[in-house]
Amino acid sequence: MSEQQVDTGRRRFLTVATSAVGGVAVAGVATPFLMSFFPSERAKAAGAPVEVDISKLEPGQKINVEWRGKPVWLLSRTKQQIADLPKNDPKLVDPKSEVEQQPKYCQNEGRSIKPELLVAVGICTHLGCSPTFRPDLAPADLGPEWLGGFYCPCHGSKFDLAARVFKGVPAPKNLEIPPHKYLSDTRLLIGDDK
Amino acid sequence: MSKGQKLLNWIDDRFPLSSMLKEHVTEYYAPKNFNFWYFFGSLAMLVLVIQIVTGIFLTMNYKPDGNLNAAGIPVAFASVEYIMRDVAGGWIIRYMHSTGASMFFVVVYLHMFRGLIYGSYKQPRELVWVFGCLIFLCLMAEAFMGYLLPWGQMSFWGAQVIVNLFGSIPVIGPDLSVWIRGDFVVSDATLNRFFALHVIAVPLVLLALVVAHLIALHEVGSNNPDGVEIKKLKDEKGIPLDGIPFHPYYTVKDIFGVAVFLIVFSIIVFFLPEMGGYFLEHPNFDQADPLKTPPHIAPVWYFTPFYAILRAIPSFLGTQVWGVIGMGAAVVVIAFLPWLDRSPIKSIRYRGPKFKFMLVLFIIAFIGLGILGAMPPTAGRTLISQILSFVYFAFFLGMPFYTKNDVGTVPVPTRVTDTNGKRQLQFLVLVAVTVIAAYLFATNV
Repeated sequence: MSEQQVDTGRRRFLTVATSAVGGVAVAGVATPFLMSFFPSERAKAAGAPVEVDISKLEPGQKINVEWRGKPVWLLSRTKQQIADLPKNDPKLVDPKSEVEQQPKYCQNEGRSIKPELLVAVGICTHLGCSPTFRPDLAPADLGPEWLGGFYCPCHGSKFDLAARVFKGVPAPKNLEIPPHKYLSDTRLLIGDDK
Repeated sequence: MSKGQKLLNWIDDRFPLSSMLKEHVTEYYAPKNFNFWYFFGSLAMLVLVIQIVTGIFLTMNYKPDGNLNAAGIPVAFASVEYIMRDVAGGWIIRYMHSTGASMFFVVVYLHMFRGLIYGSYKQPRELVWVFGCLIFLCLMAEAFMGYLLPWGQMSFWGAQVIVNLFGSIPVIGPDLSVWIRGDFVVSDATLNRFFALHVIAVPLVLLALVVAHLIALHEVGSNNPDGVEIKKLKDEKGIPLDGIPFHPYYTVKDIFGVAVFLIVFSIIVFFLPEMGGYFLEHPNFDQADPLKTPPHIAPVWYFTPFYAILRAIPSFLGTQVWGVIGMGAAVVVIAFLPWLDRSPIKSIRYRGPKFKFMLVLFIIAFIGLGILGAMPPTAGRTLISQILSFVYFAFFLGMPFYTKNDVGTVPVPTRVTDTNGKRQLQFLVLVAVTVIAAYLFATNV
């Protein structure tokens, strides 16, 4: 026994190999635990599309619908409000909606399928508060050039009536437009466009 | 040999009870010149015990369930109301826990400040400081996740904002925030996992870190207000000349601190449990509503300095991750103090004028940011926050430059000196004046 030389190279190889195999095992065992943090099947299923009746929505009126637990705004814009939208363009971060915050069919001035109806996720792109609807013209707190829009109470981000973000506020992007489609003139499906 | 001694011998042959007590209590020699600032370590341990005990009893009646009950109230919110109204002694247990959370930060901030002014983070105590910073990080996680549990409006929207901070990280951000929440919004899944982390995972890590903090401290020995290494001068028995055994000298001193602390603690629990909306925020008495954000969201007071830094940094290059990085850096940079400070002098008593000047600026910045972070933003306040954030980071990152060759007029003594209460009084007056001045100023901007 004692005459035998210690093969340090072999020892080191065995140490490294054992550590490596053990490391792989730890990573493998950690996987289900880390996976369990993702939304469950039930949470994903709760993201199912929502059908809304818009026949009673008057011009200038806004309603909230819950989709995936988030508030979705349905705003019926008046003719004046639609006409005013381009006036905000120079003051906006992304007036042409080039950042992918909307389906392709909503990449237009009003960010909508029909100009009169805005459908937007009412969650600020800054840190997720829900902005308040401020359709009033030139209120004291928002300045004389305010043409109506949304104001986030948490950190002061401002959006116009097409949910496009103004320059110089914390929110970096326009509000998200969810995928949606018209089932008929008065019925809207939110969450699915196929 | 008495029966008691026999029993002790029997145990000592099997478990090192006597030697452990000697090493950490009866023959742990601490410097004899500890002052007011040295109460807060033992008080932090006391608050930890309060939080664990009250927390255990709260879990017996609390239900981490975000779903609505038959009356349309979230079960979690209703269970907190049940504890407050129907459980015998429930209200006092809960107020002890909520007051304990705020008092934990009061005590820990003062404890950290002590380390800052007396250079307790310096060689050979770097690891004591690093373990302490990890404890602070765990405390922040505990406080944040615990605040979601009552499932009120502030719980919900505070968590929504903080989890979305992770969403601002480029590429992986959005998926990461979904992973943290376990859902597309803060929901029942989020509440359940925060509960598990709050009551099991983080407390276990916290306890382990506290043990590491103490073992590291007892290995190197305590610092003191003079920043003198008492182990350098020992008598013939090997006992430091300026050392006194922790027990009975400091156990008695700490018991006095505990008594005073518990008087303050009881006054808050019985008469001011909400502390005017700073310990328990008013919107949190409304149940969580995912469709309606309260008009003004502010974190609890102990997070406001870091929150002000977050808000002070604007978004640019199409992302607002910079504010998040700034806030994270403001916490992490504290751990690097031992390597940022180049001065061999530990205690503020013998430091040069540059460090003292920067420290006063830092106190003003930290308190100022704390006050601004609790207020709704205006253009003027954002500008001041930006200046104060700059001062905050300048204090840390400028340290390698301004602490070099910064020597005071009085040389560091070889033995510890008497404690002078006047200096501590001066400091408390400075802080009080800063708080009042900053508050009056900020409310008018």
